[in-house]
Parts: sequence; C-alpha cells; structure tokens
Amino acid sequence: MTITVYISQDTTAVAVGAERVATAFVQAALNAELNYTLVRNGSRGAFGLEPLIEIEMGAQGRLAFGPVSVADVPSLVTAITDGGYERHSNYLGPVSTIPWLENQTRITFKRCGEGAPTDLANYRALGGYRGLEHALTLSPQAIVDEIKVSGLRGRGGAAFPTGIKWQTVLDAQGEQKYIVCNADEGDSGTFADRLLMEADPYQLIEGMTISGLAVGATKGFIYLRSEYPRAQKMLERAIDVAIAEGYLGADLCGSGQRFELEVRMGAGSYICGEETALLNSLEGKRGVVRAKPPLPALEGLFGKPTAVNNVLTLASVSSILADGGAEYARHGLDRSKGTMPLQLAGNIQRGGLIEVPFGVSLNKVINEWGGGTRSGRPVRAVQVGGPLGAYLSSDQLDVPLTYEALAELGGMLGHGGIVVFDDTVDMAKQAHFAMDFCAKESCGKCTPCRIGAVRGREVLDRVVDSTASSNDLILLCDLCETMEQASLCAMGGLTPLPVKSAMDNFPEDFGVTDNQYEVAV
Amino acid sequence: MLSKHSLTVKAMKASLEKTVEQTAAKHAASQGGLLPCLHEIQAKLGYIPNAHLENIATAFSLSTAEVHGVVSFYHDLRTSPSAPQSIQICCAEACQASGSRELEAGVAGVLGVEFDETHPTHNYRLERVYCLGNCACGPSIRINDDVYGRVDLESLPQLVTEAVQL
Ligand SMILES: Cc1cc2nc3c(=O)[nH]c(=O)nc-3n(C[C@H](O)[C@H](O)[C@H](O)COP(=O)(O)O)c2cc1C
Ligand code: SF4
Ligand code: FES
Repeated sequence: MTITVYISQDTTAVAVGAERVATAFVQAALNAELNYTLVRNGSRGAFGLEPLIEIEMGAQGRLAFGPVSVADVPSLVTAITDGGYERHSNYLGPVSTIPWLENQTRITFKRCGEGAPTDLANYRALGGYRGLEHALTLSPQAIVDEIKVSGLRGRGGAAFPTGIKWQTVLDAQGEQKYIVCNADEGDSGTFADRLLMEADPYQLIEGMTISGLAVGATKGFIYLRSEYPRAQKMLERAIDVAIAEGYLGADLCGSGQRFELEVRMGAGSYICGEETALLNSLEGKRGVVRAKPPLPALEGLFGKPTAVNNVLTLASVSSILADGGAEYARHGLDRSKGTMPLQLAGNIQRGGLIEVPFGVSLNKVINEWGGGTRSGRPVRAVQVGGPLGAYLSSDQLDVPLTYEALAELGGMLGHGGIVVFDDTVDMAKQAHFAMDFCAKESCGKCTPCRIGAVRGREVLDRVVDSTASSNDLILLCDLCETMEQASLCAMGGLTPLPVKSAMDNFPEDFGVTDNQYEVAV
Repeated sequence: MLSKHSLTVKAMKASLEKTVEQTAAKHAASQGGLLPCLHEIQAKLGYIPNAHLENIATAFSLSTAEVHGVVSFYHDLRTSPSAPQSIQICCAEACQASGSRELEAGVAGVLGVEFDETHPTHNYRLERVYCLGNCACGPSIRINDDVYGRVDLESLPQLVTEAVQL
C-alpha cells in the first residue's frame, strides 16, 4: 500500500509547530520502518486544526489528524502501521468531512492544501490553466465581457467592479500597459492573500496572465509586502517553473502571446497598499498617494495604462475563465456576487479562512466556525474590514456579511478580516491605536490626515489617561469630521470609522457621562 | 596604533562604498530599480550608509536628497548600523485581541533590550511590526524569517534562545 503524508509549510502552520511535527514524523517513521512519501503542502486555512497531518492510504482517501503535537507523533505512526488509527486522539475523519471545510463554498481556495504549492503538474491535474487555455481562444473584449458577467468586484477593499476597470485599461491607448497585483495585504486580521500565494501560487500567476491578455499588457508586477518572506519564495519558485514550462514569457503555451512577471518587495509601509502610493513605490519613489484623476487605468505605472488588482481578485479570474462568468455569479447576494474569503482572527477558538457566498451572518461565522472566543469570555467587540473598519458591538452580530449590509451599519467589509475581542478590551485604547496608526502610516500628502491624526491621538492620550474633558470629545468629533471630508484617500478618510464606532458603541469606555457624551456628539 | 586603526577604517569605508556602487550599478538600468537596490544594500550591509547615498544617486541620475527622501519614507530601511538579526513583535489589532499588549509592555524587561535598539550582548535588534499575516494564531512574533504564533512573555525567552544565533 502506498502512503502519502501531507504536512503544511504555510506560515501559520509552521508558526504553531508544523516544522517540528514534520521532523518528528520523519524520525518516527524511520523507527517504524514505514514506507511513505512526504508532501509539504499549503494550508487549507483551518488554522484551529494546525499542525494538521493528512494521510492518504489505499481507498480511504485523505484522513485528517490534528492539531498534532510532537508528542502525539510516535503513537500516530504506530496507529497507522498497526491499524486502529480511528481511535487515535488526533483523528478527525476524512478531510472532506471536517465541518470547518465541509460547510464552505470553495472556489478560489479549492486547491489550497491539496498538494505541493509549486507542483505544476498537480496544479494542472486539479483544473489549473484551463482558464488561460480558454482565454487564449478569446478576443480581449470577450475576456473582459466574461469578467463583467461574473459580477466580480475588487477584493482589496473598495469593491470596484473589475470588468469596468479592465474595460478602461483595454480602451486606453498605449503601446505599453501593465498589470499590477496588490499583494501588500497590510490589514491586521487578514491573511487570505498570503495563504493563497503560499498554497496555490499558480492560480495568481494564471489570473494575472489572463488579465494581461484581456487588457493588452505584456508585463506584470506583484508588489508583495516584506512581512511575507515565505510567500516571496513560493512565488519566485512558481514563476521560474511557469517560465520553464512555457506558461510565462514570450510565447504563452505556443500562442505567440507574451506575458512577463516579476515580484517586487515592499518596505514596511501600510499606505503602499493604496494603489497610487503602491505605483509610486514600484517606480522607486516615496510611497505618497497620487491625486486622482488621472486614474491609474489611464496613467498608472510609469505613466502607462495600468490595471491594479488585489491577489484574490486576480486569482478569481482563473476560475471565472475556466468555468464561465455566469457560474461564478450564481453565488452571493444582491450586488455582492460570488464568494468572499473571510478571515477569522483575534481572540477566537478556531480562526482561519472561510470562503462562503456573501450573506452569511457574522454571528454564525464567529460562533459556528470560530467556536467563540479563545479566552472563553464573552465577545464584546468585533472589528470587520481591517484597521479602517468599524468596531461592532455584540448586539450587531446578526448582520449578513455583504458589502451593502455592512455599509448600512456604517461599517465596511473591506478585505474580509474579522477580528474578535472579548470583554477585557478597552475600546478607548483601540480608538487611540487607530489614530496612532494613522499618524504613523500617513503618507503626509494632505493636512487633515497628517495633522488631524496627530491631534486625534493627543486627545485620545487624555481619554486613556482619564484626564479628558467633554470639550476634548467635541474636538475629537470635529477632527473626525474634517478627516472624513477633506482627506485625499481612505487612510485619513476612514480612520474616523474605528474611532467613532468605538465611541458610539462603547461610550462607557470613554470616561464621560451619557449627558456629556450627547453634547459631544 | 592610531594610524593602523585609521587604515582599517579607511579600508572598511572603501569596501562599503564598493558594495554600494556595485549594487547600484546592477539595479540602475531596471525600471523602478531603486527600492530593490536599497533592499539589497541593506541585506548586504545591515543598513544603507548615509555617506554613500550620493553614490546611489549618481547611478540612478537622482539628487542625493531624492534618495534620502526614499530611504527615510520606508520603515524597513535604516541609515545606521544594526545587528544582522531581528526580533519583531506584532502590535496590530488581531494580536492585541489575543494578548500582544502584555507582550509589547513586558518584552523589554524580559529580553533586556528596548524597541528599535540592538541587544547589548546578543546579535539582534528588537522592533515592532504591524501584522505578520498570522492573525488567527496570535500573538505573533517574527525572528529573522520565521514567524511564531501564540507567544507570551513566558514562552518568549526560550524561543529567542533557540532561534537567535549568538
Ligand atoms: C490605506 C489603504 C490601504 C490599502 N491596502 C490595500 C492592500 O493591502 N491590498 C489591496 O489589495 N488593496 C488595498 N487597498 C485598496 C487599493 O487602493 C485598491 O483599491 C485595490 O488594490 C484595487 O484592487 P481590487 O479592485 O482588485 O480590489 C488599500 C487602500 C487604502 C486606502
Ligand atoms: S489621507 Fe493621509 S495617507 Fe491619504 S493622501 Fe492624505 S496624508 Fe496621505
Ligand atoms: S495582527 Fe498580528 S499577525 Fe496579523
């Protein structure tokens, strides 16, 4: 019987011990004279179960064991060699029946965790590159039309319709056009881009190649944050293989079409996730935000027409071209079409990646997938949509997760990050952090953000020290209003969102009586 | 003694300059090559020497002020010598929710080094970082290129002993 063992090399899997478990497995298997093949796969994103070991033997399919500690390994190996693995304390059953995974609708993340991330033959065997093969038979306009039919909206945060953006780039005049992948993923609480790049890098490469064909761009850049060294290695290896196999370069799959791809590293600046700051950074300049217009679609990288898209947006393109835009649009709710990869993080029992159709309730995600807080204390606050997203209170958790429903609550879904806090959180400190972060990361181009955030932090210094007056809160509200209305980009424009939602939903943490508070607001 | 010392310093300066010049020449022709160039210089030398910003500027046909402007913009880039290894503590929201505020407050006492400084006897620098993409299993730290999850003040010293090279 051939036995294949899968242990992930994903950042989070390794962060909780997968490397040590893999070493222990090799040793224990040697002692037990077990014949097997070890595959270091990507993660499926069920981080509550990592380190996860999957074992494929004979007809049973892939069986899951997790979370496995080094101490569990010898008995696990014995259970495999001698039989009786069903009784092992780590046994979870067949991978396909793990509730965390079973209840998801995996489209973009369907291959993650299946095999070695840079194994191109495996990618193809699992349906990879069908999208590109299809795209190579279509006109650029027909590819853009397919994306329009899918209803795909940008997954980077602003949710702009991708088909419309691409149409603009396609229609723009220019010898040289560019595709830029925004892999800056700076939002705390998000890791979907990283997981995908580490587990299924070809899907991103394929999506970018298709987007190049669609808009007439022959060169692409992936702007990757420097905090992701594993993703960098994986992407660079995958690009090398794709070039060697004719999936990148001057003659894509023998079609005569060209597309080249390069990874460029960021340098620890949050604002470089904003697309125009990102373009400046790629050009080798300070990552300062550019005023729009001109749109990057018309005058982007080095002044040329450029499509800037998030990792997940571009990855989705592969399956849309493989299975059709209409198939993708079958999922979702209202104008939130397709699936959304949610990322459950913070104080949570079982965090990780949850790809579901838009519309699942926040409550269900936190309690059914997440199993509540890790500390076992009640949930008090949930920040949805990254550092610029609102803090929701525990009585707002039945909100369905769609762009529209969160906007109605005064929040945003952003890149899909969900950060859970228990009842020990001090919301004045969270508001303080939001202003402090904005002050540190502001690109400095406009006054409301550059100065406003520093003033906001000073007021919140006093709130945290319990020396604030009600005048201070009036000042804070004024500052928020100015930042909201007069900032050039969403950094300054949305920082008031976490600050004001914290004040509105948790006034008791701001050290004022209700009476004074109402005067302030 | 003195002259010998100044000779070595001179030789070191010359070798720094050579590294900077060679790296700059390598990247100057590539589009947007300045940031990759700065990354590579810092990877080789541990920092980007202020004294040689001019050499970079010349290679890229920029003013020294422009190169300085770029270097000073990015948190990752520094112009003063630093230990080759680093320990980064994640201080962003998802890690705060799972206990990083305690870690941030206590780390200096436990490790014997302040943030943004090099440890007096061990060969690393302590830094803050805002998200390592390990937010489902925080508090997170990074030692060189490895990320660790569920770290607290109790488990930290052991991790550091195992991962940092003396
Ligand atoms: C402060 C700020 C930070 C941002 N960070 C990111 C990021 O890390 N990743 C990302 O894809 N988009 C980020 N965005 C959104 C981008 O500006 C842009 O909308 C996006 O890359 C477009 O791609 P999409 O249409 O595929 O979403 C950020 C925006 C702002 C204002
Ligand atoms: S809002 Fe802040 S980050 Fe955005 S352009 Fe203005 S100063 Fe720069
Ligand atoms: S917030 Fe700490 S790893 Fe993301």
